[in-house]
Amino acid sequence: MTAKINPSKGAPHARIVGVGGYRPVRVVPNEVILEHIDSSDEWIRSRSGIASRHWAGPEETVAEMSIEAAGKAIADAGIDASDIDAVVVATVSHFKQTPAVATEIAHRIGAGKPAAFDISAGCAGFTYGLTLGKGMITDGTAGHVLVIGVERLSDLTDKEDRATAFLFGDGAGAVVLGPSKEAAIGPTVWGSEGDKSQTITQTVAWDEFRSGDVSQLPVDSKGEVKFPAITQEGQAVFRWAVYEMARVAQEALDAAGITSADLDAFIPHQANMRIIDSMIKALKLPEHVAVARDVETTGNTSAASIPLAMERLLASGAAKSGDTALIIGFGAGLVYAATVVTLP
Amino acid sequence: MATKEEIVAGLADIVNEIAGIPTEDVQLDKSFTDDLDVDSLSMVEVVVAAEEQFSVKIPDDDVKNLKTVGDAVDYILKAQA
Repeated sequence: MTAKINPSKGAPHARIVGVGGYRPVRVVPNEVILEHIDSSDEWIRSRSGIASRHWAGPEETVAEMSIEAAGKAIADAGIDASDIDAVVVATVSHFKQTPAVATEIAHRIGAGKPAAFDISAGCAGFTYGLTLGKGMITDGTAGHVLVIGVERLSDLTDKEDRATAFLFGDGAGAVVLGPSKEAAIGPTVWGSEGDKSQTITQTVAWDEFRSGDVSQLPVDSKGEVKFPAITQEGQAVFRWAVYEMARVAQEALDAAGITSADLDAFIPHQANMRIIDSMIKALKLPEHVAVARDVETTGNTSAASIPLAMERLLASGAAKSGDTALIIGFGAGLVYAATVVTLP
Repeated sequence: MATKEEIVAGLADIVNEIAGIPTEDVQLDKSFTDDLDVDSLSMVEVVVAAEEQFSVKIPDDDVKNLKTVGDAVDYILKAQA
């Protein structure tokens, strides 16, 4: 016999109710990067717009940075940690795969026993997590969801590679999602292009690295096997990010039923200032739209970049609570996700 | 189909628009990076603009072979054929 099953009852909509960020104490200017590569401050700035980034110290672990960012987001939301029913952590740089870091974070912030798990979706990880969290709230499986993007990409940076040594930074960004009467997170336009998986990738898989075979693996200037790092095909990624992602961003605006004229803010993944500038052109964004340019002093922090940039845009006064923002994450996979949100 | 002269003129306008180089400097023997100050990322923008203007496809793998304006003109001429 087929029993009648109760449907889950969710909130009509979800919204971002709080945001918080944590940047490591140590600021690393381009001069420090130049100790290991033959380049110049001018070259780095002209190719990436990056002047400095934050690199985490030994105590600033993925969990610690997340807890700091989560605490600020929960305070900003004005809720108690025990109100959180799910913790979603997007990261590619938490080196202990089992258990998921989300459970430790959930426990240590005092959230009790929420659902907790990690996701891996590269630089789109935060927007993927936001989309999952929104679904939990409208489905009724969670009242409030904590979504964290966190990275220690300095651990996955080849400090001797002049094409990538300057790109990456560390940090954590978090948002709290809660129920809403009105739609405050639009439909997500997302997807993957696995045929381009090699354009952004880890140089060496962990099991290959374990072999320690100097004859097979990349070696550094001291002749030692290099630790795995993130590498990318710059031109291919740039073309995809600017032109394909501008199209995805436009689809997200269309799906939300608004035009770029209705936007107050644009918060793209902070990959590279040149990508951001070219996307603005390709999207024909009106001048009144505040654009997040956190990459200049934070570098590319992958899954953490959008919430960090969101927090900074709000803190600077360039955007305010209630503003309409377009967010788009894109990166290794290749994967992407874009949506329109009301800022907390 | 654009003639060789039209392609050179079109590329000159594109390079001028993207990199701010005077159109008269965009000559067949000029290297994009060394002579015209078009870096690898601007080169992608030049290529995408050229694809649109001349209705051709220039895959990423071929972009690195386009060292000079002449290389790009020849590529576009062939791709049009």
